[in-house]
Amino acid sequence: MLIRGRYQGSSFFELLEVDHPHLRPGPLQFPADAAALGPVPHGTTVLALRFADGVVVAGDRLATEGHRVASRDLQKVFATDSHSLIAIAGAAGPAIEMARMLRIELEHYEKIEGEPLELEGKANKLSQMVRANLPAAMQGLVVVPLFAGYDMRRRLGRLWKYDVTGGRYEETEYDASGSGGIYARESIKKAWRPALSRDEALRVAVQALTDAADEDRATGGVDLARGIFPLVCLCTAAGVEEVDSATIERIYREQVVVPRARAGA
Amino acid sequence: MSIPFYVSPEQLMADKAEYARKGIARGKSIVALEYDKGIVLVAENPSSLSKIGEIYDRIAFAGVGKFSEFDQLRKIGVRFADVRGYAYSREDVRGKALANAYSQAIGDVFTRELKPLEVEVIVAEVGDPRLAGHEENVMFRISFDGSITDHRGYTMIGGAVEALDNYLRDRYKPNMPLGDALRLGRDALTAASNGAQLTPERLEVCTLDRERVGRKFRRASAEELRAILG
Repeated sequence: MLIRGRYQGSSFFELLEVDHPHLRPGPLQFPADAAALGPVPHGTTVLALRFADGVVVAGDRLATEGHRVASRDLQKVFATDSHSLIAIAGAAGPAIEMARMLRIELEHYEKIEGEPLELEGKANKLSQMVRANLPAAMQGLVVVPLFAGYDMRRRLGRLWKYDVTGGRYEETEYDASGSGGIYARESIKKAWRPALSRDEALRVAVQALTDAADEDRATGGVDLARGIFPLVCLCTAAGVEEVDSATIERIYREQVVVPRARAGA
Repeated sequence: MSIPFYVSPEQLMADKAEYARKGIARGKSIVALEYDKGIVLVAENPSSLSKIGEIYDRIAFAGVGKFSEFDQLRKIGVRFADVRGYAYSREDVRGKALANAYSQAIGDVFTRELKPLEVEVIVAEVGDPRLAGHEENVMFRISFDGSITDHRGYTMIGGAVEALDNYLRDRYKPNMPLGDALRLGRDALTAASNGAQLTPERLEVCTLDRERVGRKFRRASAEELRAILG
């Protein structure tokens, strides 16, 4: 049973398609009338920006279902391997599945071939996965990820944004996506400059998510009462690192709470 | 009409086994040893074609014999593990299931096909103390005829299995640090090949390090080996 698989290549996605079609996630067969599906959880605001040592990728934690809260601590930023990250916005179910599939795909390739894909190859793979989701996107289940990582050959952080058709656009500075993405982008625009330090980049990210949450009701921002903070990750030559929530809380208090209190006084 | 020669099943199997053994004996050997923080696999391998590979989070593969055959088995193992981990959970991918699947597949070829696989493989799984029921290391050895055995402490495959076993039997101690286990593995391979001491350039070394987060498999670079082995 083990030896009889037909697929001989190095893509996990294609392996499922050829040898295990019942496990394959897409194209998803949803009812033609998307309204019949009712509201499904949606993830909202994610962002990525370059700094001196690499990239920062961050996302709020809220998922909404129409006008209701679906989850307050959804994870939207995922490490796809040791030196790359995906941040997802859009329909949470297919988006999280896409992030999981990309992670397995990259690991599978690395194990079969004995070495990892180039960063650009990883970004391209994601583009094919977004395109494969197009039928579902046509019915309202849009997934628009950001992909970022550290390019070991060129020794710099790089990031890409996508559109629903799988279009892939490299950004050299920053980008944000999701319902609050436009506000986050405006916020970053004011503060971003080339070669930000690590600390400055974290501050810009926290400020941008706070601004987005301020203007967009579907974006979570910082929830001090519940102790829920945006998920912020860094990717540098040393690899992916998640910033602990105590650091995010400190930055939030210094950056947002203290100046506000002063203004109030 | 010609009458085919009668060959007794015993003779047929003995011939196939002889053929496979000869093929395996031509190649170099691999040892796997448990050390205090995991499992280290040491192969005499001067070429850039790997004999040791990562299968899954806690599982490694090593193969000797005909490269095309054991490398195909390695890839099949990666596919088996990734599909299982995708359909269920990452913790559901176990070394024992993989070793059994290899045993079935290799045994099937041995009985059905004219030419048996000229391979022997090791499946090693490092324990994870944080997962109840998964704490122990396990090492399986699967032979060209599909026979499977499990081992504690150390195991080896290849043409020089007996010489390696003789060398390691009195010298192996549980809970050695990595450096000691690695030197012991190198010395055993050196003794078994009756040659000059193996330099880091002629070794392929991989570890399953229990203390790593997520994927425990790691390939040691030539510099790291030089630093440890001197």
